Amino acid sequence: MDFWFSLIQILNGVQYGLLLFLVASGLTLIFGIMGIINLAHGSFYMLGAYLAYWLAAKTGSLTMAVALSLPIAALVGYVIESLLVRTLYRRDHLDQVLLTYGLILIFNESQRMLWGSDVHGVQVPALLDWSIRLNETLSYPVYRLAVSGVCAVLAVGMWVVIQRTRFGMWVRAGASNREMVAALGIDVKLLFGVVFAAGAALAGLSGAIAAPMNSVYPGMGESVLIICFVVVVIGGVGSIKGAFLGALLIGLADTFGKVFVPDFASFTVYAVMAAVLLWKPRGLFA
Amino acid sequence: MTAAMLPAQATRHSTFIEAAGLHTYYGSSHVLHGVDFRVHRGETVALMGRNGMGKSTLLKSILGIVRPRQGRVVVDGIDVTGAETHAIIRRGIAYVPEGRGVFHNLTVAEHLRMAARPGPTGRLDWTYERVLETFPRLAERLDNLGNHLSGGEQQMLSIGRALMTNPELLILDEATEGLAPLIRREIWRVVRAVKETGIASVIVDKNVGVLLDLADRNVILVKGSVVYYGNDLTANSEVLKRHIGV
Ligand SMILES: Nc1ncnc2c1ncn2[C@@H]1O[C@H](COP(=O)(O)OP(=O)(O)OP(=O)(O)O)[C@@H](O)[C@H]1O
Ligand SMILES: [Mg+2]
Repeated sequence: MDFWFSLIQILNGVQYGLLLFLVASGLTLIFGIMGIINLAHGSFYMLGAYLAYWLAAKTGSLTMAVALSLPIAALVGYVIESLLVRTLYRRDHLDQVLLTYGLILIFNESQRMLWGSDVHGVQVPALLDWSIRLNETLSYPVYRLAVSGVCAVLAVGMWVVIQRTRFGMWVRAGASNREMVAALGIDVKLLFGVVFAAGAALAGLSGAIAAPMNSVYPGMGESVLIICFVVVVIGGVGSIKGAFLGALLIGLADTFGKVFVPDFASFTVYAVMAAVLLWKPRGLFA
Repeated sequence: MTAAMLPAQATRHSTFIEAAGLHTYYGSSHVLHGVDFRVHRGETVALMGRNGMGKSTLLKSILGIVRPRQGRVVVDGIDVTGAETHAIIRRGIAYVPEGRGVFHNLTVAEHLRMAARPGPTGRLDWTYERVLETFPRLAERLDNLGNHLSGGEQQMLSIGRALMTNPELLILDEATEGLAPLIRREIWRVVRAVKETGIASVIVDKNVGVLLDLADRNVILVKGSVVYYGNDLTANSEVLKRHIGV
């Protein structure tokens, strides 16, 4: 295989992986720390994508649209957490699955009513709408590099917040012993609300910046949700580090699967998951 | 003297914790039967009683970790009945629970830093450095995770973390349980040092001798009721023998 061609696949795989990581990190944190299985997590991704589409059309600027979709997704996440999810902490997973599945239906119906069932494209902002020429036939779109860059910066930022700040310590402590965190005088409900909102914001942002690459369509939340569950399971539930490696693994497996075994492309990620789970049944960093 | 003339400190309540008529249940099992419990500012209270008599349940009921079905809890003059645990704790209480409550995935340094805050009156006596001076063994283990510590180290960490919140009251539930004699002595040394600084404490422990020596007041629980509340327990060998078994 030609060098430039391989490089393009690797860049695509990493870009997809980094994007998945932003969505999956919220899913794994919310499950690992709050014990909540949030099926509606993918809906925040969809919300971000539709907001990007709609606000970009309204304001004429994708940058503006992305910047707005982030706080909107965070707010919607916070409201959903404090009105609905909060009542489920002490309930079993079936109740959580039922509620969050119900939320998916509400999200999807709202999407259909607000924006219709058509597939929409979103224009790449002019500043980033060019490609880097690699050789006579191949070039690489700058927008994808920009997405990778934004995701990488956010991943580092997330690492710093979780590993280096007191807020991050509270969050990790909450995963270990929630009652003890409260017994140290920390408002665990507020803490969880903020974590949930942050997860929603990251998912929304991911959907928004992915919109120009993948278009915007009904059901996009569910497809990303399923892949993100694969990432979370591979990485080990609750592990951010695991989600990071799992996401890169899945991003690369999916990309190279489409190149090498196009007939079975939709199976490659599950084959990777099965292989990892055979080796480490509880995921890479459980 | 009118209230306006009193210095700020004197307006604080001399009774720090006042719990009255607490009834606590686990499901249908009635564990606390109308317990009254009081801790004065700066006072060391030994909460005694045989296994399963409701000592830990009383502490958790005061802190809102379990919800009493009846009764009132007042902390520093403020009614906190039904309030959330974090809000009650923020009034100046530090809790070292049975089992220590160490976070398996946080380092020693992180345990201390995450808990740090000035006390309710702004007091900042217990800093990171002071806690490490008090527990030199923790200073050698700063980067170790909670689950890589020995039982004694975990206990010191739990107490050190509690002190980082600069409390007015330190609650120790079975702080020396399962520890080697040397480590116990170390813990008691710190508890005495804390007492010297004027911090009140409620101590639950199997070691009756130390408690009798340390406590300003003793409370004995039998099947969820207070059978003794006073400060002449040393002279009351009859009460001790009947309710504690020594
Ligand atoms: N979570 C719980 N659910 C049901 N019953 C409980 C629970 N915790 C304690 N109990 C019961 O309540 C009673 C009081 O328990 P508690 O732990 O308060 O006693 P204790 O005095 O602290 O005893 P120990 O010395 O063993 O720590 C016991 O009979 C115990 O079995
Ligand atoms: Mg107990």
